[in-house]
Amino acid sequence: MPTYKITINGSEHAIDADIDTPLLWVLRDQIELVGTKFGCGIGQCGACTVHVDGKATKSCITLISSLEGKSITTIEGLSEHGTHPVQQAWKEIDVPQCGYCQSGQIMTASSFLEENSNPSKGEIREAMHGNICRCASYNSIEKAVEVAAKNLS
Amino acid sequence: MNSSNKFAFSRRSFLKTSALASGGMLIGFNLFTSCATNAEPPVDLSLLNFNDFNAFIKIADNGIVTIFAPNPEIGQGVKTSMPMLIAEELDVAWKDVYVQQGALDKDHFTRQVAGGSQSIRQAWEPLRQTGATARMMLVMAAAARWGVKASECTTKEGVISNAKGETLSYGDVVLDAAKLEVPENVTLKDIKDFTIIGSDAPNVDIDEIITGKPIFGLDYRQEGMAFVSVLRPPAFGQDLVDFDDSKAKQVTGVTNVIQFGNKVAVLANTTWAAMKGKKALTSNWKEGTKGENTSDHDSILLGLLDGSKFETLRADGDVKKAFAEADQVLERTYESPFLPHNCMEPMNFFADVTAEKIKLAGPIQTPAWTASRVATLLERDEKDISLEMTRMGGGFGRRLYGDFALEAAEVSSLAKQPVQVVFSREDDMTDGIYRPAIKYRIAASIKDGKITGYHLKEAAINANMYDLIPNFFPAGAIENYQVDVAKYDSNITTGAWRAPYTNFLSFAEQSFFDELADVLKVDRINMRLDLLKKVDKGADERIQYSADRLEAVINMAIEKSNWGKTKEGVYQGFSTYYCHNTHVAEVADIEMKDGKPLVKKVTCVIDCGIVVNPLGAKNQVMGGVIDGIGHAMYGELTFKEGVPQSSNYGDYRLIRMNETPEVEVHFIENKLAPTGLGEPSLPPAAAAVANAIYAATGKRITKQPFIKNMG
Repeated sequence: MPTYKITINGSEHAIDADIDTPLLWVLRDQIELVGTKFGCGIGQCGACTVHVDGKATKSCITLISSLEGKSITTIEGLSEHGTHPVQQAWKEIDVPQCGYCQSGQIMTASSFLEENSNPSKGEIREAMHGNICRCASYNSIEKAVEVAAKNLS
Repeated sequence: MNSSNKFAFSRRSFLKTSALASGGMLIGFNLFTSCATNAEPPVDLSLLNFNDFNAFIKIADNGIVTIFAPNPEIGQGVKTSMPMLIAEELDVAWKDVYVQQGALDKDHFTRQVAGGSQSIRQAWEPLRQTGATARMMLVMAAAARWGVKASECTTKEGVISNAKGETLSYGDVVLDAAKLEVPENVTLKDIKDFTIIGSDAPNVDIDEIITGKPIFGLDYRQEGMAFVSVLRPPAFGQDLVDFDDSKAKQVTGVTNVIQFGNKVAVLANTTWAAMKGKKALTSNWKEGTKGENTSDHDSILLGLLDGSKFETLRADGDVKKAFAEADQVLERTYESPFLPHNCMEPMNFFADVTAEKIKLAGPIQTPAWTASRVATLLERDEKDISLEMTRMGGGFGRRLYGDFALEAAEVSSLAKQPVQVVFSREDDMTDGIYRPAIKYRIAASIKDGKITGYHLKEAAINANMYDLIPNFFPAGAIENYQVDVAKYDSNITTGAWRAPYTNFLSFAEQSFFDELADVLKVDRINMRLDLLKKVDKGADERIQYSADRLEAVINMAIEKSNWGKTKEGVYQGFSTYYCHNTHVAEVADIEMKDGKPLVKKVTCVIDCGIVVNPLGAKNQVMGGVIDGIGHAMYGELTFKEGVPQSSNYGDYRLIRMNETPEVEVHFIENKLAPTGLGEPSLPPAAAAVANAIYAATGKRITKQPFIKNMG
């Protein structure tokens, strides 16, 4: 079994895994960072979103073999105590219902706001459309992204 | 305090207190029933096994209050709103209250279920009484220490004051209070004195959710636990003939392969290895019962509607005569498909079955029922079973059925090790317990420009509408009224799905009313209001909707939505419904683009009595409206020879952010006891959109999903 050197939330890890192992399962079952969620396994729901070198990436379809030397940020590493402006906006708006999809939503939103710090409503709705919320907390997510954008600027 | 809120019955039988060795006081109580007389609360928190009571309040000697929330949390917010009821009467500051999910009480369970939008409705009085009783005991302890009468003391945010202006905190007297007899009579606060109920309280798990803490079922871990992927029949009706696991066993990480009944479990040291191992199995299946097709269901259900084999659930007057004498009859048929639940967290459960005990943990809406079924399955005593409820990544009815917990228990028992059964998304969608396909035929008879008769027929897969549903509006408003039901027994598993039956019945009836108004050449909303005026209040106890409350939500919806005053290119549709004891009216504003509807806004007016937590309530209502629209527009699961034709989000469409309307929520302010909120905003949404589509296009949609049946 090959070994891969990747950085996860600032710490270097040497990971033994088959080449076809998705990052999602390395995080959840090997590193025991379970904040990244399993939703569909085919990159369609966004629950598993993490940052790879700062960019929102669906970890369920990202193979460990493609990540040698890369830097991964998960929801646990977004901020030390949940103080990232996006997390704070989520708290301010009280977005979650069941809460399961929210770490993926937060990771997508935080990466998007890095690229576009002053988005329009339409841009927010397009940027977030890859993340399904089955409780349909969409109105609140939209509002929270707006609040986060304001807090970031 | 209001003396009319005094409760005279005995409280001693269902509430016990005890001093804690660690300091503080523990109050154990049973939510909805009196406890067994010999029940004793545990004095050591580490022994908190919930065998005697199903809910606890701990008041520490520093005044911090911990409430163990008894009902499963699926996203509907009861883990926040139920403790609010206790804290209100206990008279403590909400910021000093911590909430933990309680474990299962196996012995004295009454309604430890999340479903049917009933949690808050049933908890409203018992939880407030419990809080008030605890407060009374703390006051009595302080009064005794001061040598004054308890009635001369007041409380505010965890501090007791006497007439001289002296104060003691709850923490100061909590040990004395624990030794007192439980008082017989307590008074509840007057509604106008509420400080917590009616105020916004954020989700109690918010910090854990936004930082990714392990709180869901799939996050549950135990040393030595195997992850399990289960191979189940590829089609409904099939039985396992044989399987070959030689390739599966070569997959790195796979540790065991076990057949149980009609299924094969692959155990591994990671979820991924278990899933990969399952894919490497080869298997042969034979037909046990015939695999069914959606096209067959369609013709069977239509055949039932055309036939005469019905059970009559309600019959007023003489529908047959009304139709025979009619000048005109309007008849329409409405059709809905199967729907999977698609909880974002796929089904999963943990089980550790040993000779001594059975430990279960995971997301479940029915902990007591599930524990009892596991006991029966494994022929064990229920007393050996403990069940820990995790937070649930959605429920929508699917987690009422503990099939996944039974699988985990059986596999753990056979493998003799702790296991976590994990459904892939494909397993979750193709091994569902679905909202069944249902068809309605509605007919109205018209004589001299008046509605004289209404005949509703239901043809459904596996089960028909139940309880009081046949008595919902317009029952009681039309003299000759009849509801008939028929069903077809299928081998496809079906069950409850958010707002069972009404999720589609509301669409059928509220679409029909619009069309009926057009035939009568009267205003669509006024026609409904006129019907409501005919309801004889209190004449029939089966009719529990209130014509006045429905009228109030309708009138407010007209006002708040600017009904009829939209700008060009915007089309409105109206709908109103009563279910789960809650009255709702909705108006959808749509625009058309390339022949497809864009739902821009929905105005929802809702009367659910006193709103305990407006912030959480608003979330529930907004979610319900969008959920209702999403499934009406896109949702459909079809079958071919028993095989579900969608299995993941690549071929099954759920509504996404760029397709969602803005939902504006208005609550009717009143002083009535709270009613259901998790479901009632969903049923009216589809008809509001369909009626708006008609306004825009002149086309009536009678079949879901809209996107496929718009023509």
